[in-house]
Formats: sequence, structure tokens, C-alpha cells
Amino acid sequence: MALLEVEDLRVEFPTRRGALLALDGVSLEINEGEVLGVVGESGAGKSLTGSAIIGLLEPPGRVTGGQIRLEGHRIDDLSYEEMRAIRGKKIGAIFQDPLTSLNPLYTVGRQLVETIRVHLALSLEEARGLAIELLGEVGIPAPERRIDSYPHEFSGGMRQRVVIALALCANPRLIIADEPTTALDVSIQAQIIALLKKLCREHKTAVMLITHDMGVIAETADRVAVMYAGRVAEIGPVKRVVKHPKHPYTVGLMGAIPMVGHDVERLTQIEGAMPRLNEIPAGCSFNPRCPKVFDRCRVERPELMPAGRDAEAACWQFDKEARRG
Amino acid sequence: MSDNPLGVTRSESLLQRILDSDIYYSFSHSPITILSAVVTAIFFLSAAFAPWVAPHNPFDPATLDLLDAFTPPAWEADGTSKFLLGTDDQGRDILSTIIYGSRVSLIVGFSAVLFSVVLGVGLGLLAGYLGGWIDSIVMRLADVQLTIPAILVALMIDGVARILVPVHLRDVVAIYVLILAIGVSDWPRYARVTRGAALVERNKEYVSAARVIGVHPIKIMLRHVLPNVMGPVLVLATIGLALAIITEATLSFLGVGVPPTQPSLGTLIRIGNNFLFSGEWWITLFPSVALVILVLAVNLLGDWLRDALNPKLR
Amino acid sequence: MARQRAPDPSATPMLEVRDLAKYFDVSKPWLARLIERSPRQILKAVDGLAFDINKGQTFSLVGESGCGKSTVAKLVVGLHAPSRGVIRFEGRDVADAQSRADSAALRRRWQMIFQDPYASLNPRWRVRDIIAEPIRVFGLVKSRREQEDMVAGLLRQVGLSPADGEKYPHEFSGGQRQRISIARALSSNPEFLVCDEPTSALDVSVQAQILNLMKDLQREFGLTYLFISHNLAVVYHLSDKIGVMYLGRLCEVAGAKDLFARPQHPYTRLLLETIPDLEMTGREREPVAGEVPNPINPPSGCAFHPRCPFANERCRSEVPMPTESAGHIVACHAAEEGRLPDATYTPPKQPVAS
Repeated sequence: MALLEVEDLRVEFPTRRGALLALDGVSLEINEGEVLGVVGESGAGKSLTGSAIIGLLEPPGRVTGGQIRLEGHRIDDLSYEEMRAIRGKKIGAIFQDPLTSLNPLYTVGRQLVETIRVHLALSLEEARGLAIELLGEVGIPAPERRIDSYPHEFSGGMRQRVVIALALCANPRLIIADEPTTALDVSIQAQIIALLKKLCREHKTAVMLITHDMGVIAETADRVAVMYAGRVAEIGPVKRVVKHPKHPYTVGLMGAIPMVGHDVERLTQIEGAMPRLNEIPAGCSFNPRCPKVFDRCRVERPELMPAGRDAEAACWQFDKEARRG
Repeated sequence: MSDNPLGVTRSESLLQRILDSDIYYSFSHSPITILSAVVTAIFFLSAAFAPWVAPHNPFDPATLDLLDAFTPPAWEADGTSKFLLGTDDQGRDILSTIIYGSRVSLIVGFSAVLFSVVLGVGLGLLAGYLGGWIDSIVMRLADVQLTIPAILVALMIDGVARILVPVHLRDVVAIYVLILAIGVSDWPRYARVTRGAALVERNKEYVSAARVIGVHPIKIMLRHVLPNVMGPVLVLATIGLALAIITEATLSFLGVGVPPTQPSLGTLIRIGNNFLFSGEWWITLFPSVALVILVLAVNLLGDWLRDALNPKLR
Repeated sequence: MARQRAPDPSATPMLEVRDLAKYFDVSKPWLARLIERSPRQILKAVDGLAFDINKGQTFSLVGESGCGKSTVAKLVVGLHAPSRGVIRFEGRDVADAQSRADSAALRRRWQMIFQDPYASLNPRWRVRDIIAEPIRVFGLVKSRREQEDMVAGLLRQVGLSPADGEKYPHEFSGGQRQRISIARALSSNPEFLVCDEPTSALDVSVQAQILNLMKDLQREFGLTYLFISHNLAVVYHLSDKIGVMYLGRLCEVAGAKDLFARPQHPYTRLLLETIPDLEMTGREREPVAGEVPNPINPPSGCAFHPRCPFANERCRSEVPMPTESAGHIVACHAAEEGRLPDATYTPPKQPVAS
């Protein structure tokens, strides 16, 4: 059984012009200790998937269908209080801007100790000891001294390390990391990615790594889900998706990334832009931009289907192949 | 997310765009706002068309009859349907004086707000966009003025004007002095808001783009920055109109406002006040009620506008 | 501190920058300074920069946030006045163009594209007015009719339709807005475009569209670009020559291929080390420790020395001067003394898309 199972998740935003379907049947699984990358362009629904899982959808957004199961138990229908007990203890969260996760008025030590004691039965002394240990583990130099510093006394990279310590302090089974490195400089990004990878390996924590940056995914993830217009377009082992993408959207996306040593005059270009939520076309939502579109794509919506070894893609061309084969 | 993630991408006619806008939607879904708008509109229209709307002309001595003086409202024992809300000591119809009075109140209020908006927005724009010593001088000036209550500033200006203006011209210029007094007393609020907004806009890249091609700073201020700071100013001006009407009423009540020959709501309340204890309550009550309703309606409109223009509260 | 290099023998460069510096006074207000007895604080955003950009080429400045690369862009287009140094446009000192006519004649020939597609277009203006602003300011057309035709042509040029001119910026996506920005920049027929991170706010597929458009336009009009970016892959894709900046100074300037093949400066090597590996070789990268120091109070000597594995006493005390060998300019004591180990960066081979 997978650690986290998301099945046919639907999220809607009611507006005065009718409900907008922001997530339309998202299904994915995360296994114990696995890093699942969720990649997509802005508006694809990757962050919404993360917020829905930790029960922090911004109103008026709401889950209107599907199930989210953690260790086999449904968590999408829990009350706010029940969900709060799970957040932090079983699911940790790391967001893009470390400043929003830290209270500027308290020392990082106090925030760590409080979070630890909410979830673990430890004395103040023990909790402080654990906090110092955690800070050392995330690479804060001289943690026994820095534990009494305020968030603004840390640099951006160091703050993100503190946030990682905060997310890890109750030893959760899963961490949702939403663009954890986007706000950081490239050299710091590499440090944070390496740290996240090392810690999750050591603690056997599974990670759902949400990012727009295919480079970060390639460096970190075991498997990757590519999202487009509120749906999963393709899912599979990261190496396979990066080197042999199946879905035409993923193919275009990979070709659009400029690479060092990759001497091309022009980058592969996917024409047009991702549709707005109120203008999602019938059939496959990618069909107006797809170079391989055929009639069926314009009327019928493809679900994820096997597309060769290790691969699942929501694209009719694989259905055709399967039937012929 | 963009500021208009679900917006319509087609270009439509202006009317369609208005009917489709978020502002119209929030307006049409707020009964209190609609009611306030209707009340405000009634005041504005009756003030604008007073000679045609008012049942009598209270300032035409030919139509006045002292025998009609102190007639109570129509529903009282001695009332007559000729004077719906009764008459005052000179036999003037209260309803008509209220209509003409709110005309004066609105003219003074509007002009004063216009004056302080032009002054405040102009100075705030200069301070915010140019910065440096201009900013320091303008904002310190505003700070100093804000430490003095607006009504005191207005009284001061009125006092100075009384000394400077010859006696026979006093009644003629009284209304302009009042507009100046209220207008000057209120500019710092507009200057502060405009400066804050201009500081934000100044650092946006569209301003840089204009600077790169060498557009003159004054042109950038007027054509680029000004249209983008007018939102908050509009909200402030709406609430400012209510405040200006109250300030005008206060000044007139204190006797330093418009002359009794051209009474505003404040003057009417002051005049009526003299008869309160002799039992002619209607002379002061109805102008007061009219003032409260007008100010409340304008204020509610301002509150709605503030919420509707602030995407964070939506 | 002026460091003159021999001018390019082939022709006068489009843009020459010599000993360019910009200092910002970031002190507290004088009253606060007086009370707290704190000294003036000077931020040396750019300090002693020198580079050339040849006609029709793309010169890129890369570096992390706070290295001063955007300040250079603003200095070049005249949004900031330099504290020191010379900017020459086709051999002519820009500071000499004092009269209005002179200055307008110069300004018409360069334009700028900005980073944030949401802030770079005035939200209250129609797109056609936004694009036409430079046309009007420089008086490039005689009639309203001519202006409309020109705007329609520009919109088509950047891949939008002439009917889009009637709309307001909020009706467009980020990528479309960046196209509008480019159309505005092209409207005065400039020869030189300064691009300040034009794609860093965009999604990758949109970034590809914009980069392709920029390349097409360069080819078609023979444009010269000064391109500012923190993304090494984008810079590699686009540039002829690259300058690497760290805390207001240039560490290394070299041809694009040369820089990636033979990085000299330890900071350049660090940056190349951070490029994500999309080839999936599974190589474990050794992340470099340390962070960019506060630019208000930079380290002594070579600003990079606290993070540099090759730093010695000289690096801590003496600012390294740029030295050139075979068109490759490096400002590093270790490189000059030959203390650096050879480093050849082997870029991952291109992935094969099936």
C-alpha cells in the first residue's frame, strides 16, 4: 500500500460565473520514503494539489470529489481540528517563502520547541535538545547559539533550513514542499536541494516536491508527475520522463528548456498558452496546442493509460498503439 | 495568479464591460449600497433642480407671508398640506429651505473636496514621485497641519479672511472663503495617500520604460502615475465629501459659514435651534435629519467603494 | 583605477563601458545618523566595470541577486547616473549628449525590456497606446494613420494580432505581455536592446517562445543585446559573450563557449557546478558552502575569498585586477599566479527526446 494515495481528486472554485474546475480528476501515489516531483507551469494545479492534501485550500476553493488517503485512511473528509493534528505530525510542509512559515516575533528555538511539544511528549529540556540537534542537522552552524536568534537574523538560505527543521521536527511520514528553492539564489538552491535529499533519505520521509523547475526535479525526485490544466498528463520514473517523455506536452516542455552544451538555434516551442480555467477545451485539454492531435482528442478526454514500460500518459496515441499491438 | 485569472478576453462595448465588471457585481449584490446610492441621487438631483423640485421659493420675499410663520408640519393639528414640513419664523417652507439648503451644502462640500483633492494630489504626487527635499517639506507641512484639528484650521482661515475682506463684500465671498477654509483643512489626507501610492508606482517598470525614452517627469506624473493612484483617492474623496458637508454644517452652525440669506443645512439647524425651547421643534429637526441621512448615505457609498476597489477584502 | 583595454581592432564596438561605478548612499536619515552616531553607509552596487559589446552580438551578465547586474542595465540606458566611469555608444561618450535633441537622438537607438510583465505595462493604458508611446515621444510618424499602421505591424511582428491593440494589459497572459513589452521596445527602431531578466518571471514553455522571438528579431534587425540573467542555461543559449559578476565586479569575461568549456574564476566554476543535471547521469554534486555576503560591507581584497577554496593571504588583502589572455578576461590572483587546478566543465550531452 502506498503512503499517500490521491484518487480522482476534484477541486472547484465557485465564482459568480459558475464553478471553475481547478483540479479535474488528479490521481497519484507516493510510496514510503519516495520523492515524487510534481511539475507544471503556473496554473496547472500543482500547488492546489499540495494544498488540498494538507487541507489548506484557500477559500472559496473546495474539494468536490475523489479521495485522499494517508496510510490507507481517508484524510480529505476530516474536520479542521483533526486535520491540524495530522499536519506537522504526519505531514510536514515547506513553502516557497520561508518568512511566511516563521513567526517574526519568536526566536526560532521557541517555534521549534513549541512545534515539537505539540506532537511529541517531551519535556522542555528534551525538546530544546532535539531542536538544537535538528538545527545542526540542517546545517546551521553553532546551533546551540543560533537557536535563540530571531528569523530576521538569518539569511534567506538559512531561514529555509530552519523551515526544513521545523517541518521535520515531529518526524512526519510525508513532506509537501511547494517551490522550496524558487526564492533562493542558484548556489543556495543547490545547497537546499542537497540537504532535503539527504535528510529525507536518512529519515525515510517521503516528499511531494512541487516545482516549476524541471532541473530541481531531475536532481531530486524518484518519480515525477507532469501536470497540465488541472490534470496529470504523465507520470513515471524521473529518468524515463526526462529522457524519454511520452506525452506530447512533456516532449514539448523538455525541448523548451535551454541546456548548457545543447547547441540549438531555436528551442522547441509549444504554440499558444495553457488555457484559462473557464476556457478549457473539450476532449484533451492539450489538443489545440498538440502537434500530434487527431479527431478523437477533440471530443474525448483521455485518462492516464500505459504508454510503454514504466510509463503512464493521458494521451490517446497510446490507446491506439495498445489496441493495434 | 494574475489580477484577472478568470477574466473575459474579448473586447466588448463599454456598457457591457461595466455590467460585467466586479464593481457592478458587488454593487448590485449590496442592498444597503443601492439604497445609499438612491438616497444620494435624490439629494443630488433635488439640489440640482431645486427651483423646479421645491414647492416654494423660500428666498423670494414676494411669496413669503409672515402670517404663515411657525406653521407646524402637515400632520400636526395646525398643519396645512401647503407646508409639508411646516414653516420657520419668516414663514418659509421648511421642505423648500432643506432642498435649497442641501444645494448650498453640496456645492460647498463638492468644491471643498475638489479643492483639497487638487491641492493634496498635486503635492502628494510631487512629493512621492520626485522625493528628496520636496518630499520632506510637503510631508512635514502635512504633519504639522494634521496636528491641528481641521475645524480649527478652517476657523483660522475664516478669521483671516474676515479681516482681509471689506465689510460690504463679506456676504458675497463668504461661500468662497468657506470652500477655501474646508478645502485647505483637508488636503494632507489626500497628499499622504497619493504620496504613498506614487512611491509604489514610481518604482514600477512601466515608469522606468517611460524614463528610458526620456519622457518629461511632469508628463510621467500626469499620464502614468496619476491614473494609477486615483483609485484610493476616489474612495477618500467620497468619504471626504461627507466630512466636508459636516465641517460646513459645523462652521455654519457656529455662525462663521454661509450668510443666513443663503442658508445651508448647518445654518438652518442654527436658526432652528433658537426655537427649540419655544416648541417649534420642526424648524431644526428636519434639516438635522436631512443632514444625517445625506452624510450617512455618502459615507456608506464611500465604504462600499473602498471595499469594492480593494481586492484583498473581496 | 581606470583599466583601459586596447579597443577591438575590427571596429568600434556598439557599446563600450570603462571603469563604470555606481555607489548608492544607503545611510539612515541624517537626524537618525546624528543621534545614533552611525557613519554614512555606501553601497557599491557596481564598481569598476569594463566591457565591450560588438554590433549584432549578445553580451550577457550573469550573477546572483545583489551582484549589481540590474544596476548595470539601468546605468547603460540612463535610468541611473554613473558615479564614475564612461559609457560610450558607438565611440561617443553618452554623457556628452546634453542637449535635448542630442539626448533624444541617442535614446531612440536603445530600448529596454523589463523583468516583470505585470509591472512593465501601465494597467490604465490600452495596448496600442503603450506601444505607440515611443513613436509619439520621438515624433517618428506624421499622421495618426501612420502610427496605427506601425502599431499593427509591431503587434504582428511579436506574434499578436492588430486587434489586440484595443485591449488592456490585464487581458493578456504573462508571455503575451512580454511580447507587448518587446513591441514597445521595437517601436522606435532601436539598434541596441537592454534586457533585464526578460524571461525569469515566465514559465519554461513561454520562456522558449520569448527567447525564440528575441533570436528571430536579432537576426532580422541586426539587434545588439545586453542580456541580464541569473539562469546560466538561458545565457548559454543566447549569448556570444558572457560576463560573470560577483558583488559589483566582473570576475570573468569570455566568449560563451569558452567560458563554459574553460571556466577560470573559482566563482564561475561554482556557478557552473549549480546547473541542474538534466542528463540524469546521477552524479552527486558537491554543493558549495557559504552565501553571498552583504554588499554594504563586502569582504576585503577579493570579495569572493571567504567562499573560495584557493584563497590565500594576497586574496584577502588585494583586489584582483582583470587580466586578459586570448580573449578570456579573469580577475583572480590564483588564476594569474597559476595556482588554479585545471577545470574543464563537461556539459551534459543533450537528452534525446523520443
